[in-house]
Amino acid sequence: MISSIKIPAAPELTYLLRLADTCLILGQRLGEWCGHAPILEEDIALSNMALDLIGQSRALLTLAGQHSGKCGGEGYDEDQLAFLRDEIDYRNVTLAELPRGDFAFTVLRNLMLSTWLKLMWERLRDSSDAELAAIAGKALKEARYHQQHAADWAVRLGDGTDESRRRSEAALATLWLYTPELFEDDAVDAAATAAGLGPAWSQLHEPWLAEMDEVLGEAKLAVPPAPTFRSTGKRGLHSEHMGYLLAEMQYLQRAYPGGAW
Amino acid sequence: MWEVFVRTKAGLDHKHCGSLHAADPKMAVQMARDVYTRRQEGSSVWVVRSDQIVASDPNDKDMYFDPAEDKVYRHPTFYKLPDSVDHM
Amino acid sequence: MYTQAMDTMRDEGGDKPALRTAEEAQLQQRFDNRIDAGDFIEAKDWMPENYRKTLLRQISQHAHSEIVGMLPEGNWITRAPTLKRKAILLAKVQDEGGHGLYLYAAAETLGSSRDQMLDALHTGKAKYSSIFNYPTLTWADVGAIGWLVDGAAIMNQVPICRCSFAPYARAMVRICREESFHQRQGFDSLLVMMKQGTDAQRAMVQEAVNRWWWPCLMMFGPPDDQSPNSAQGMRWGIKRVSNDTLRQKFVDAAVQQAEVLGVTFPDPDLRWNEANQHWDYGTIDWSEFWRVVGGDGPCNRERLADRVKAWEDGEWVREAALAHARKSELKEAA
Repeated sequence: MISSIKIPAAPELTYLLRLADTCLILGQRLGEWCGHAPILEEDIALSNMALDLIGQSRALLTLAGQHSGKCGGEGYDEDQLAFLRDEIDYRNVTLAELPRGDFAFTVLRNLMLSTWLKLMWERLRDSSDAELAAIAGKALKEARYHQQHAADWAVRLGDGTDESRRRSEAALATLWLYTPELFEDDAVDAAATAAGLGPAWSQLHEPWLAEMDEVLGEAKLAVPPAPTFRSTGKRGLHSEHMGYLLAEMQYLQRAYPGGAW
Repeated sequence: MWEVFVRTKAGLDHKHCGSLHAADPKMAVQMARDVYTRRQEGSSVWVVRSDQIVASDPNDKDMYFDPAEDKVYRHPTFYKLPDSVDHM
Repeated sequence: MYTQAMDTMRDEGGDKPALRTAEEAQLQQRFDNRIDAGDFIEAKDWMPENYRKTLLRQISQHAHSEIVGMLPEGNWITRAPTLKRKAILLAKVQDEGGHGLYLYAAAETLGSSRDQMLDALHTGKAKYSSIFNYPTLTWADVGAIGWLVDGAAIMNQVPICRCSFAPYARAMVRICREESFHQRQGFDSLLVMMKQGTDAQRAMVQEAVNRWWWPCLMMFGPPDDQSPNSAQGMRWGIKRVSNDTLRQKFVDAAVQQAEVLGVTFPDPDLRWNEANQHWDYGTIDWSEFWRVVGGDGPCNRERLADRVKAWEDGEWVREAALAHARKSELKEAA
C-alpha cells in the first residue's frame, strides 16, 4: 500500500484544489451513468460531460501540482494528486460527492454546478495566473454547454409528468442544502482575491441565484428557502459518501505500489 | 422552400445538394428530380421542408464543437506502438 | 464490438418459400440479381421477407451486443488507475453506446422500433454476443478486452462494411472508423504494464489473458462444418468470410502481438505449422460456448438485469420528456 502524499497548507493551492477536486469528483459521479442512463443518447451526453470535467480537473491538478512545488511542498503530477491524497486533503464541495441519485438528482446537481462553474470560469479568464486563465477560457465553453443541457432537462422534468415533478422537487430540496458552501468566503478566498488569482466565491452568489431563478421558474419549480445546514467539503470535512468514492477511485494506485499504467 | 438530398448511388449517403420551391411534397420530390438529377446524379432523392430543419445556433459554435479539440485519446495516432504491431 | 457469428441462432425460414405469386417470383429474381451483382439494397427497396428478418435479427443483436458490452468495461470507469486511463476508458465505453445507437437506427429502417428491439433483449428473446457474459475481474481485463475482444471484433466487422444492406454497411463504416483506437488503447495499456510495470502488474496481465483467450476464439462462432447458414449469409454479404478463416487470421495476428507484449496464451497445442504457414491451435470447448449462449455463462443474469434496471429506472424520464414535448406543442399551437 502506498502512503498518502502531503499537501502544503497554502491558500492559493487550496483555492486551486477546491476547483480541481469539484470537477474531478463530479466527473467521477457522472461517469457512473455510462451504461445505465434512461436513454442511449443520454449515456453519451453524460459521458461527454464527465470527459470534459475530467479534462478540466487534469489541467487544474497539473497546475496545482506545480504550485505545490513552489510553495514549499513537493511538486506532484495530476495522478498523485488525484489518487494519493487522504480524504481530508480533497477540497471539493460536498455537493459534488453526493451519490448520483436518480436522473432528476443528477440533472439538478449538474444545473447547479455547471452554472456555478460557468460563472467561475468567466471570472477566472482574468486570473493573474496565465495558465489558469487559459484553462478557464477553454472550460467556459464546456460549462456553457453543460448548463444548457442541464437546464433543458430541468425544464422537461419539472414541467413533465406528476412523477417527474415530484422527483425534481425532492432532488432540489436535498441538493439545495449543500449550496451555501458554494458561496461562503474564508481565508482562502481572501488570499486568492488579493493575489488576483480568482474571485471570492461569494461574488458568484447573486448571478448564480438569478440564473437558477430563471431556469427553475421555467421548470415550474419553487426555489427552496435558504438552508441553515452547512456542508464543509471544501475544508476537507466531507460527507460519509466520500470515503467510499475514494476507496473505489484510489484502489488500483494504492494496491499496486510503484505500478506503471 | 424545400431542402433536397440526393443519393448518387445505392450504398452511399443522401447528401444535401440544394433547395427549391414547391407547393406540396409530391411536387417537391418531382422538382428535386428535375432540378438536381439531370446529369445522372441520382438514384434516390429526399426532400425536407426547410422550416422543419432544426439547426445549431452559429453563436453556439464554440461550446458545441471546440470541446472535442483536446480529446486526443479518441484517435488511434495517440497510441504509439512498437513497429511490428503498429498496423493493428 | 461485434456479436458472434449470426449462424449460432435459429434460421428464419427457408430461402425459397413454396407458394408465391408470379409477381413475387419476379421481384425475388431481380433482388437475387442485384445481390449477385454486388449492389447495395436500401431500406425502401423490395426484399424477401427472410432477408428482412435475418438482417433485422443480426443488426439488432449487434446493437444489443454494443450496449450490453458497455457493462463489463464500464465496471472499471470509477476505478481506472490514472486520469488519462479513466478518460480513455470512458470515451471507449461511450463509443460502444454510440455504436449501439447507430445500429438500432439501421435496424429501425427494417420496420422494428428501438423499443421493440429492447423489449426483445429485456425479455431474453434476443441474443447478444456471449463474450460479454464473462466477468471483468481485474484492471488488466480492460486492456485484454481492448486488445483481444476488440481485435476479434474488428476482424468480424470490417467485412460487414461491404454488407449488401446499405444502412448496416454505412453504420459499420462509421463504427470501424471510430473504433480504430479501441484495440490500440487496450494493447498500449497492457504494454505499459508489461514493460514498465511491476511483477504484480505483469501477473495481473497474464492472468487476464489466460481468461479471455478461449472466449475470444469462440467469438467467431462455431466451426464452418457446423454453420448451416453460412452459405446464405455469404450470398447476402452479411457474412463475407467464414468463421474458421477469420479465427485463424485472428490467431496468427494475436500470437505475434503476444510476443511483443511478453505474454503467453493458455494453449499447449499452439504451434507454428510450417506446411500451411499458420499457427495451429488446440480444441475449443464448444460445450462452454453453447452453455454461455444458452444463458448459463458467469454473468448472463447480471448483464440482463443491469440493462433491464437501467431501462425501467429511466421510464419516468422518457415519459416526462414526451409529456413536456406535448405541452410545448400545445402551447405553440395556441
